[in-house]
Amino acid sequence: MIRTLIGVAAVATLAACTSDARPKSASSDAPSRNPGKAYDRNPYPSTYRAYPGVPTLVTNVTIFDGEGGRIDGGSVLFRDGRIVEVGQSIAAPDGATVIDGQGKYVTPGVIDVHSHLGDYPSPGVDAHSDGNEATGPVTAEVWAEHSVWPQDPGFSRALTNGGVTTLQILPGSANLFGGRSVTLKNVYARTMQGMKFPGAPYGLKMACGENPKRVYGGKGRMPSTRMGNIAVDRGTWAKAQDYRRRWDRYEKDGGEAPTRDIAMDTLRGVLAGEIIVHNHCYRADEMAIVLDMAKEFGYKVGTFHHAVEAYKIADLLKANGTCAAVWADWWGFKMESYDAIQENLAILEREGACAMIHSDDANGIQRLNQEIAKVRAAAKRAGYDIPEERAWRWAAITPARALGIDQVTGSLKPGKMADVVLWNGNPFSVYTRPEKVWIDGAMMYDALDPKKRPVSDFELGQPGEGDVK
Amino acid sequence: MKRLLLAAAALTAFPAAAQTVAFTNARLVIGDGSAPVEDGTVVVRDGRVVAAGRGVSVPAGVPVVDAGGRYVTPGIFAGFTRMGIVEVDGVSEANDAGAGNTPFNASIDVVPGVNPRTSAITLNRAEGITRAVVAPQARGSIFAGQGAIIDLGADMDAVTKPRAFQFMEYGETGASRGGGSRPAAYAMLKNILFEVRDYARVPGSFADRGKDALLTRADAQALVPVVNGQVPLLVHVERASDILTILGLKREVPALKLVLVGASEGWMVAPQIAAAGVPVLASALADLPASFEQLAATQSNIGRMQKAGVTVGIGMINDDEARQARLVKQYAGNLVALNKIPGASGLDWGQAFAAISSKPAEAMGMGTEFGSLRTGRRGDLVMWDGDPLEIGSAAVRVYIDGIEQPLITRQDKLKQRYLDPKEGVLPKAYER
Repeated sequence: MIRTLIGVAAVATLAACTSDARPKSASSDAPSRNPGKAYDRNPYPSTYRAYPGVPTLVTNVTIFDGEGGRIDGGSVLFRDGRIVEVGQSIAAPDGATVIDGQGKYVTPGVIDVHSHLGDYPSPGVDAHSDGNEATGPVTAEVWAEHSVWPQDPGFSRALTNGGVTTLQILPGSANLFGGRSVTLKNVYARTMQGMKFPGAPYGLKMACGENPKRVYGGKGRMPSTRMGNIAVDRGTWAKAQDYRRRWDRYEKDGGEAPTRDIAMDTLRGVLAGEIIVHNHCYRADEMAIVLDMAKEFGYKVGTFHHAVEAYKIADLLKANGTCAAVWADWWGFKMESYDAIQENLAILEREGACAMIHSDDANGIQRLNQEIAKVRAAAKRAGYDIPEERAWRWAAITPARALGIDQVTGSLKPGKMADVVLWNGNPFSVYTRPEKVWIDGAMMYDALDPKKRPVSDFELGQPGEGDVK
Repeated sequence: MKRLLLAAAALTAFPAAAQTVAFTNARLVIGDGSAPVEDGTVVVRDGRVVAAGRGVSVPAGVPVVDAGGRYVTPGIFAGFTRMGIVEVDGVSEANDAGAGNTPFNASIDVVPGVNPRTSAITLNRAEGITRAVVAPQARGSIFAGQGAIIDLGADMDAVTKPRAFQFMEYGETGASRGGGSRPAAYAMLKNILFEVRDYARVPGSFADRGKDALLTRADAQALVPVVNGQVPLLVHVERASDILTILGLKREVPALKLVLVGASEGWMVAPQIAAAGVPVLASALADLPASFEQLAATQSNIGRMQKAGVTVGIGMINDDEARQARLVKQYAGNLVALNKIPGASGLDWGQAFAAISSKPAEAMGMGTEFGSLRTGRRGDLVMWDGDPLEIGSAAVRVYIDGIEQPLITRQDKLKQRYLDPKEGVLPKAYER
């Protein structure tokens, strides 16, 4: 049911950005004309269907609601795929499965805003290397979803060890404009469309810094410097503005259809506010330049990813309303990661900037809860004590907002998707693992039931098939 | 560690008895796999442990630290790293882990590359890592060269034991370095072993055939102690069948002292590894079929090998091993977590701690020197503000050879500068 609602909502949003934005003024002397035909904004639609669940009440459990709320010894009820109620005490409805959560914790499912599962799947052989279209610095025309292999064994590890229920799959960072991202439900399906998060907006992956200049400088072409990066970016945005003008006019007034450019469709979507920019960027000074570039061309940077120096400009990020998605403790693997500190996320939080944890890693995605614990501990030693329930936002409502899906998931608010993890202890402890994971109210993992442990096609018949992993 | 110099230079707080110290009232971890003991005492004299346990008395004149019930443990022994030879991985000038343009392989010795001032040493010292196995990377051959054991002390003498082992790649990386297939790599290996025997018989008659040779004179010389069993041969190998191939080498060269590195599929052939008496420096949390040689990878690997009787410590290979040795604590804690998952095989707390202290030291044949607080071991110890395997616990005092170490890092200084990110009356460059 909720799927339908989101679908409708998304369509309405898209409509608002195109046909509704059709004021009558047009050009002064133009006679009234038939509007042009808009191209399809959603040609590879989600076919995700929630699996059936049973009404479930978890009692006597510690709850982090994902938005900063906490209830000790509380209860969570979900039914028909949605959160029904969260409170201190909830009477069990008839027919509900009741789980005693004594000593355990319930949280919304972990949301990873930065993953390459599916486009850099396991095994990591060349034949599977589908994340970087590193043949030109501007490839806004590629869509990560066209690379996603839904049989990546990594999805199962993210689910069973990490409690990950939603994740954004991004193109890599070789290119300045890497292409479109896709947001997935972490439920195996035969097709990418079957995993696609219904109604989630698209993202555009951009990259600044070392990667694009290294990849293309190494090929003897532009960009080979940071100034080259920005020059190519600006030239591309200028074209996008022109493209947008032509298509807006055509969709409003009709006439001869402008030439279609798949790359420019995406950038037009960004300029129209339909597509969210996810910008790989490490250094503080470069993020500041990108923020000005966004103003210059009239778009917004949704989230800087990796952002190891975000702490240096926490106030600037806050003023611009741009988020930072960061690691807890990665550092020193390349020059632009040299100034990483474990307090990065904590400083952003204290300054009131939008910040969250992310993985960018098929192993790291299995322990985002532990990464948050590292940040909390470092912050506490620096004199800033962040409550557990507040810190859980970094893997819940904050990434949901960054992905534009916070109305439907990312917290345990009634009516939202029942994406829920029952942890067998405090999720900030190294000794804790997910015990059960529900997605849209369907139990997709149960540590106590080997039949509730997904095994991708690739792992069938292989050594270790169905092992605990 | 040059004891006297450091004592004078860096540790003015403990000038006289710098290598002698006792901790009392500790939750004491010996590091040998046993559970922590409450109200424990450890005494270090002249840089070595003289006693540790309950009811140990502190001799007169030994400076005493009251641990206040906190954990005191042996320093972490990082089982496989590239620490000290890399400052920034992606900056070739600051990365001495491997060399692609040299005729030399087995003879490469990491020691001239070890820089005690690398940020990774400072950072990992502050996180309670006190010793590390440092291995070169294989580029031009299956043989990478000779690795060292280092300490992470804040002096200029990091190398505890130079040329402590030879490192070799087998499996997929070995196949690539050995010509393009496992059989080719194996042929290279056998040929090199023949050549080494020739060299060992009459070193003077071994003609150095220069750059075109399959084995230079220097490489042959470096491999003689390996073939003689005087120096361990660490072999990176993941696939179960590759592990058996490598174990089979002992039939050809009985004196070989093998140590397996990585060993993602070790659990499948754990009885054979145990029977061969070959220790393992294993990846702890590799659980993805990241390659075709790791199809059966599982976090239960170490637990299963341990239960089969294999000596297994945690190592890190192809896992940020130049900088992130500190993560072994988290890895060990995760192995404890597995005990609550039906079907998984974890370690109990004492075993998990041993997997980052005594076990890797034993795997390197150095268990009598490092990795535990048993009598006679080096005075490498750490006092923690919490459970050292739990996320976020910090080392509050770190001793190497009985000498207290500074724990301030470059990251600490960046943090101090930017706790308030806004610029003040002067630019940030003036704040420190």
